[in-house]
Amino acid sequence: MTTLHDAPLTVAGREFRSRLLVGTGKYQDFAEAGAAITQSAAEIVTFAVRRTNLGQNADASNLLDHISPKRYTLLPNTAGCYSAREAVRTCRLARELLDGHSLVKLEVLGDDETLYPNVSETLKAAQTLLDDGFDVMVYTSDDPIVARELEAMGCAAIMPLGSLIGSGHGIQNPHNVRLIVERSRVPVLIDAGIGTASDAAMAMELGCDGVLLNSAIAQANDPVRMARAMQQAVQAGRDAFLAGRMPRRQSADPSTPFAGRING
Amino acid sequence: MTQHTIALNGEPYTVKPRASAADLVEQLGLGGRRIAVEINEEIVPRSRLAETRLASGDKVEIVHAIGGG
Repeated sequence: MTTLHDAPLTVAGREFRSRLLVGTGKYQDFAEAGAAITQSAAEIVTFAVRRTNLGQNADASNLLDHISPKRYTLLPNTAGCYSAREAVRTCRLARELLDGHSLVKLEVLGDDETLYPNVSETLKAAQTLLDDGFDVMVYTSDDPIVARELEAMGCAAIMPLGSLIGSGHGIQNPHNVRLIVERSRVPVLIDAGIGTASDAAMAMELGCDGVLLNSAIAQANDPVRMARAMQQAVQAGRDAFLAGRMPRRQSADPSTPFAGRING
Repeated sequence: MTQHTIALNGEPYTVKPRASAADLVEQLGLGGRRIAVEINEEIVPRSRLAETRLASGDKVEIVHAIGGG
């Protein structure tokens, strides 16, 4: 059988075989999260930074006891940050938490109803983080001009939303996503909005370099099975993109030759 | 004055005079855990927790990793 080659996903000089990145939120427990993440075959896993619960259960186990920094490339996010200042503070805490690790997922939100990115604060935070030596994967709108600015600043990956965070509405503006992909030299990943496997496949067919999702797996009835579906969808979409789809035609075109028909 | 009051994760908290950030972490049962400490919005690297003394009014944040997307 022919071996089908694909280049690795390269982000900030690090190479990954998996093009599916997954989050660790909304799972029932660490065991379910661990099983789903294993099944997803993701190599990059996101997490959040929050205050410790003081005095309650200091012995309670920690996410990082289950999702080992030795096994995964951990990607701290800045979820819940509404200003550049908060986001930068959060990234610095994350860097200390992970012993100097520089890769972060920057997201600066506009309001708590839409969780839509606040682009002006995102640009500010990105500049500060880049100046401070971080490798920044940045959540942003599907605006190709903003994407180009973030790339020009030196962001390691551009991550436009497909639709609102946690909405499961898929990719609402595939034309913008394709524009961003065509004009970017750094990886473009769909971050937010994926609802089911076909959405992830669509992202990859559009030429995205990867997909980052969380709710679509964690909130499925069977997260472990959905994790496998997502892994396969990302792979299928990637192969379909690399293979190059057939042209669309206005009329039918038979797959079987007409010549040699018995009634011919 | 026998005690210092700091703001720990947004709540008032009392520590002994001359207590270090490392003392505080131990007192909270968080010694050896994967945490990060910030005092007055500046990161205190793990290697400097023992030498960093807490002062009255310090705003201390101790964070850890939780699930997120």
